[in-house]
Amino acid sequence: MTGNRALNIVLGLYVLLIFIFVFAPIVFSLVFSLNSQRFPTIPLGEFSTEWYEKILADPDIWRAALNSLIVSGCSAVLGTILGFATAYSDFRYSFRFKGPYLALILLPPTIPLIIMALAMLAWLSRLGLSGQLWSIIIAHSVLTAPFAMAIIRLRLQQMDPDLEAAAWNLGGSEWQAMRHVILPFCAPAIVSALCLTAAVSFDEFAVAWFVSGLNKTVPVAILEIVQGNIDPQVNAIGTFVFLTSMTLVILAQVFFISRQIRKTS
Amino acid sequence: MSDPLVTFRNVQKRFGDFVAVRDMTLDIQPGEFLAIMGSSGCGKTTTLRMLAGLEQPTRGEIRIAGRLMNDVKPHDRDTPLVWQSLALFPFLTARENVEFGLKMRGVDKAERKRRALEWLDRMHIGEFADRSVDTLSGGQKQRVALARSLVMEPQMLLLDEPLSALDANLVIRMQGVLTQLQKELGITFVYVTHSQSEAFAMADRVVIMSQGDIAQIGTPKDIYRAPANRFVAEFVGRNNILTGTVKEASSETTRLATPAGTFMVETPETEPQTGTKRSFVVSADLVSLSLEEPTAANRVHAKVISEEFIGSVVTLFLESGDGQEFKVQMQERQLMNYDLHAGSQVWLSWETENAHMLDGD
Repeated sequence: MTGNRALNIVLGLYVLLIFIFVFAPIVFSLVFSLNSQRFPTIPLGEFSTEWYEKILADPDIWRAALNSLIVSGCSAVLGTILGFATAYSDFRYSFRFKGPYLALILLPPTIPLIIMALAMLAWLSRLGLSGQLWSIIIAHSVLTAPFAMAIIRLRLQQMDPDLEAAAWNLGGSEWQAMRHVILPFCAPAIVSALCLTAAVSFDEFAVAWFVSGLNKTVPVAILEIVQGNIDPQVNAIGTFVFLTSMTLVILAQVFFISRQIRKTS
Repeated sequence: MSDPLVTFRNVQKRFGDFVAVRDMTLDIQPGEFLAIMGSSGCGKTTTLRMLAGLEQPTRGEIRIAGRLMNDVKPHDRDTPLVWQSLALFPFLTARENVEFGLKMRGVDKAERKRRALEWLDRMHIGEFADRSVDTLSGGQKQRVALARSLVMEPQMLLLDEPLSALDANLVIRMQGVLTQLQKELGITFVYVTHSQSEAFAMADRVVIMSQGDIAQIGTPKDIYRAPANRFVAEFVGRNNILTGTVKEASSETTRLATPAGTFMVETPETEPQTGTKRSFVVSADLVSLSLEEPTAANRVHAKVISEEFIGSVVTLFLESGDGQEFKVQMQERQLMNYDLHAGSQVWLSWETENAHMLDGD
């Protein structure tokens, strides 16, 4: 078993390194957001909530946070509706070119964001829709729908296809079957999709920056602060953004992914 | 006889190039227990799904109580189905599952609850009313599924292999539950199954299907003792099938020359032509075995090949001199009187009245 042990140590180190690479910058940012010194140097200065107080007092940040909240809330709802519709069409119907149809729906996350952002800007401004808050909502709905679809599709694949027909057989119309069978069955996946799409939208920078005009979201606001000067406020905002996204992702986990694991084990 | 509840008139169902049901004409009487039996892909489930409106016939007419049903949506029919998968709603309790159909039909809450509980009690699972269906056993789920359909008080209940997921002893119990329910309610049951024992144990009439066609319709006894054709004879029970040339036919008996010997067979309704090729069956349990040459008209000398032992009943597989295979079924305690092993030589014989001629060769 000595060979195995050596392997275990190497793998353990590897995992540790991954965690360090992923979390070190975040921990760094968290630590310096609570440090009194203006420049991130070691040894650390005193513990201070100065930067948090500063961002709380900044109306620009508040506006950005509000914008982010509206954008991620609305695009989560729209993206999830779109995602549900496509997942359901995949579940319910079989038709020619279904493969390409699904591939097309799953395409947006594979396109480099900067290209997507440019394309969105060109298209929305041609339609006279750019520079508005809902321009970001439209763009983010498109961007997040595939995530919602993937989660809801996974759930629908576990559904006995007879369930829907059983609802019709018991006198339910197609709408009643949707409302009383499909939606309740998918509920955990839908909640999970709402959380995940909100998190994706909340973090997204490139598209938001291109199409937002004067309506800054939090990531755009961060960039503008960093462009001006090195300001530890960024660390404070970063920590806030990180905690928000993590909360949403963990909620998504709790509602769906952990259930899947319990089901399969 | 009263008007049939269901009529199929020249019904065909195709899925692309595949013909699931070819040309079905069938009447189902009110209050009868009809089993549709066949191997997988024979069209039995498609027939049931057409009755429930889940498939539309490609051609022909389906009427229920005189009304043309071809284009009536599933939810506008009164044809609850007990699914093979049961298709219980996993996010609901047993009672909510039973209430589902009433809810869809707009029955108010108190009335729904009352009727659901009444049916759960009737199925002896009242104590599980508020349990999630996921926590129930197979037999309990089965009862919830039945209650969910029967609470709708239909004229006809459709059942698609409902017992196929249960253990053998539970199957026997549920068969009892089903036949009793059908008698008490006096409604029509249309029961699809691949299991001969289920169909024969419960049904008043059995429809045997093969490749989209009806191979035979009759009472279990008719089908067992007098299979109409080779397919049914091979599909049902343990039959010895012999093929030969008609030598002589009277209104009573027909003499048939087969490679294994010449045998007397009961003449069917239409007298067979001399010189034509025909087949007949003798059920394996109607063949007698002896060590001495018997005096019966129909006898053949055969060699034991192997035996199959299922509980108290044994099936012997034998072969006559020309390679014709024979099966003999008997009680294990009867067989103990003979000291048989593979290779033993014995005589087989049967009464002419037990030799039944098939349609076609």
